[in-house]
Amino acid sequence: MWATSLPISLENYGFNKIDIMGPLIPLEIITGQWDFVIALLIGGAFGFILEASGFSSSRNIAGVFYGYNFVVLRVFFTAMIVAMVGYLYFSYMGWVDMNLVFVLPTYLNSMLLGGFIMGLGFVIGGFCPGTSYTAAAIGKIDGFVFAGGVFIGIFLFSEFFPLYEGFYTENYLGNITIGEMLGVSNEIVTFAFVLVAMIAFYLTWLIEKKVRKNMTEYKFD
Amino acid sequence: MDKKIDAKKRPVYINPYFGGLLLGLLILASFYIAGRGLSASGSAKLAVVEVVHLVAPEHAENNAYYSKFLPEDGSSPLFNWLIFGAIGTFFGGMLSGAVYGRLGKLRIEKSPKISNRTRLIAAGAGGILFGIGSQFGRGCSSGAALSGTSAFSFGGLIVMALMFGVGYLFAYFFRKLWI
Repeated sequence: MWATSLPISLENYGFNKIDIMGPLIPLEIITGQWDFVIALLIGGAFGFILEASGFSSSRNIAGVFYGYNFVVLRVFFTAMIVAMVGYLYFSYMGWVDMNLVFVLPTYLNSMLLGGFIMGLGFVIGGFCPGTSYTAAAIGKIDGFVFAGGVFIGIFLFSEFFPLYEGFYTENYLGNITIGEMLGVSNEIVTFAFVLVAMIAFYLTWLIEKKVRKNMTEYKFD
Repeated sequence: MDKKIDAKKRPVYINPYFGGLLLGLLILASFYIAGRGLSASGSAKLAVVEVVHLVAPEHAENNAYYSKFLPEDGSSPLFNWLIFGAIGTFFGGMLSGAVYGRLGKLRIEKSPKISNRTRLIAAGAGGILFGIGSQFGRGCSSGAALSGTSAFSFGGLIVMALMFGVGYLFAYFFRKLWI
């Protein structure tokens, strides 16, 4: 699917070869054989950042639900607002064609259920798939077991797929953006995210201080 | 595992806001280069498809879900961007663990209040739920919640809100696992 480049040539978009407008791979500025090297590098940076931020520890992650460690919220929200602001900036400067960047399509019913199930998995298992890979990579058996569970879960889902094949695509809204859904521009959406993030950073800092004062059994690992 | 870790042995993490900045720039770079964000569960899905197809080719081809991800030209579903990304994630994590002194022997991390067995059952159950949920959700925390929302996908926002909201909703019932 993604391994093959989209059949789009630069000329269709009125550019000549010296333009550096992105995305580079869908526009065939970087050709197919480099795909996997780049995937490996981006994935590698992803794993490094996750581990270095403390996400190879389920106890660090689960802290977000009990108020003793909000590292998940800090990293997640900061990443999101940096990516959003940067993405809008790149688009504004004409460096990236937003029409060619993948917007995850919305299948409302299925995604509501999926988010619900993953929320349960999150608070029970303390990892998500990406963080479990990094936990396994540094030797945590619970990381391996979680990752193994992900494979089993996908297998079960696929085997019973005919039972919910209809539900899986119900209430399809297309590749709709948050701004389109709410009837505002995505610049406004980004601004709202930045505001909410700032407030959340401050409030969780207060909560964390209070909770940690009364906690003795939790040690970083 | 030692229950008490003295202050000197405390693991060193990068500042979370700095980590978030780096992660945000990485997502941006990924949008710019590949036209797509980060992913984790997609690789597990393709690996499952590959294994089932190897063991029972006809079953995989007749199943409406597996068959979506079998390349039409008959090549392996493993020869894919997502798989290389996941391999990178594993080794990137390992490199960070080595740099910061966390790469070590096989061990289980858990609250001192629960047994190893309880922790492993919880980790396995959480993984299974994530495996199922990520298929309904069209991605996990990385692909749907983080990268999806960053590209302004409404579905990504839904998944993120539900994932954290439900986590908080049920946190009370699973508190013994953590605190």
